[in-house]
Amino acid sequence: MAFVQNFPFFSIILSMFAGIVSSVLPAKAAKWLNTFVISAVGVMSLVLLRFLSATGRPFVYWMGHFPAPWGNEIRAGLLEAGMAVVFCVIMLLSMLGGRKKLLQEVEYSKHNLYYILTDLLLSSLLAMIYTNDLFTAYVFVEINTIAACGLIMIRQNGRTIEAAVRYMIMSLLGSGLFLIGLCMIYTLTGHLLMSNIQDAVAQLFADGAYTVPLLTTIGLMSAGLAIKSALFPFHSWLPDAYGYSTVSSAAMLSSLVSKGYIFLLIKIIYRVIGFEIFTQSKIINIFFVFGLMGMIFGSLSAMRENDIRRMISFSSVAQIGYIYMGFGLGTTLGMVASVYHIISHAATKSLLFISAIGLTDVSHGSRKFHDLTGAAYRNKIAGIGFTVGSLSMVGMPMFSGFVSKLLFSQAAVGHTIKMLPTLIVLGISTILNAIYFLKTVIRIYVPDHRQGGESIPLGAEKVYALTIICFIAFNVALGMLSQPIESWILAGLSMFG
Amino acid sequence: MFGGNLLVNFGSVVAVILFGIGFSNLLLQKNLIKKILGLNIMDTAVYLFLAEKGYIDGRVAPIVVDGVQDVTAYINPVPSGLVLTGIVVSVSVTAIMLSLTIRLYRRYHTLDLDEISTRLKKEGL
Repeated sequence: MAFVQNFPFFSIILSMFAGIVSSVLPAKAAKWLNTFVISAVGVMSLVLLRFLSATGRPFVYWMGHFPAPWGNEIRAGLLEAGMAVVFCVIMLLSMLGGRKKLLQEVEYSKHNLYYILTDLLLSSLLAMIYTNDLFTAYVFVEINTIAACGLIMIRQNGRTIEAAVRYMIMSLLGSGLFLIGLCMIYTLTGHLLMSNIQDAVAQLFADGAYTVPLLTTIGLMSAGLAIKSALFPFHSWLPDAYGYSTVSSAAMLSSLVSKGYIFLLIKIIYRVIGFEIFTQSKIINIFFVFGLMGMIFGSLSAMRENDIRRMISFSSVAQIGYIYMGFGLGTTLGMVASVYHIISHAATKSLLFISAIGLTDVSHGSRKFHDLTGAAYRNKIAGIGFTVGSLSMVGMPMFSGFVSKLLFSQAAVGHTIKMLPTLIVLGISTILNAIYFLKTVIRIYVPDHRQGGESIPLGAEKVYALTIICFIAFNVALGMLSQPIESWILAGLSMFG
Repeated sequence: MFGGNLLVNFGSVVAVILFGIGFSNLLLQKNLIKKILGLNIMDTAVYLFLAEKGYIDGRVAPIVVDGVQDVTAYINPVPSGLVLTGIVVSVSVTAIMLSLTIRLYRRYHTLDLDEISTRLKKEGL
């Protein structure tokens, strides 16, 4: 066994221990430990990614050296390692970009709690990515929920506590459904490890036994994770949770937490139920319909908002709709498009949150559109960042959003029934996106002759500017290097099988 | 015969009905404490389901006594392990929900989530 194969385990345990150690460290040390851990995990995942693309085979890591049906396992393939890299990059940038705001909005005595929560969030995300055991996945889903709840309410006011309560309620409904689904699949198959369940499910399906319980189980697990990742009718908690928490939290919640659940769902589709069986069940049609509805209604709600942070949050609902619509197509191309969109949306949405905070800061802290007039002149780098993010969301070539829209429409073409609705709704959704995002871009670039807020010169906030530049570079790289990324996703998905 | 399995799987049926009761309470109640009660009913129903499925008639808990090592003497230990882990998770989640409820109650002197939302909108924070 190569030493590199220890890295998934190392990254999970390192981030978890960083959380534990941070509880006795002063805030400053906790901050540096957090930055170090995120970067270290990112580097380790990158090395792992290179190792895996050299060997071309996924590997299974026995926790505690107990063989398959008894022991707990970690499994790493190309897609898992790559996702870990992406998540680390985005988490690092989100933490950097929101650091100043964190100082203003959160009491200093609570800062090391914030870093503990971030470490725990990273560890649970990594565990959800790498684990090969369904019950372990459930436990880490709950840890992720608790960490996310803490991230929302770390900024103490009535709004955030109410948002945290609503978030917890919806998440607990989701995890309850997931838990009973997983208990049912355990009683049906007698296994908890994903690969063993898959064999048993394939056997059951071939025999035609327990068809209804099997379908119910798939439905329960999918519905649970869909609720947790805020698919359209279950999104009521989302705008408050993203809109009022401190900006790093909002960026991480929208781009990492919900994506972690979706990634777990992809693993369940491929590694627990099996892609063939999943596409034959009718559940993909439900995903498809709700995805399409989310794409339209999310954008419509965003158009009605007069608050920039809530507008960006509602746009997340639409983008989650895109991802589920890709699942609903039921083809490998659709899945590739969805995975690409997970990455693209994560990169873009965190950029939008971080740059929106720069704009509101120079407008007397107001988030209303009227007060944002001319904000891009007062804080140039935030204006550029917001413009790039908006163009990417709308689907301008060169940026990542364009590629994901292209992949979705390519996946839809040739589909007998679903082609037309997909293309029409994609078109409508793009127009709606353009309306509310470009409205905002125009608003921030209209010169304001009244007394504006303070203006921030270009080189004043170096860390913030660097973060925005890194985000833009990441976004453009995703948009320009779509070919290798696409083949990486395809290779990763085929490793799942 | 349709429904013939219901009697045999009586325990699972009860567990799923309880799950439904807890789920709808968590979703629909306005009062936060009642919501938390719903959450606990929901989680406990899952543990009942697991315990019921893990038990095999006429066998004992998997603790080796008197040197009997035969597999057929004991019940399946995995569901019990899952229940234990699940209890830990649900206790911590309940604690978080209760602490959030206390926070909200101290601020707004009500447990009604909808009323809290209306007041927040009025505050216009």
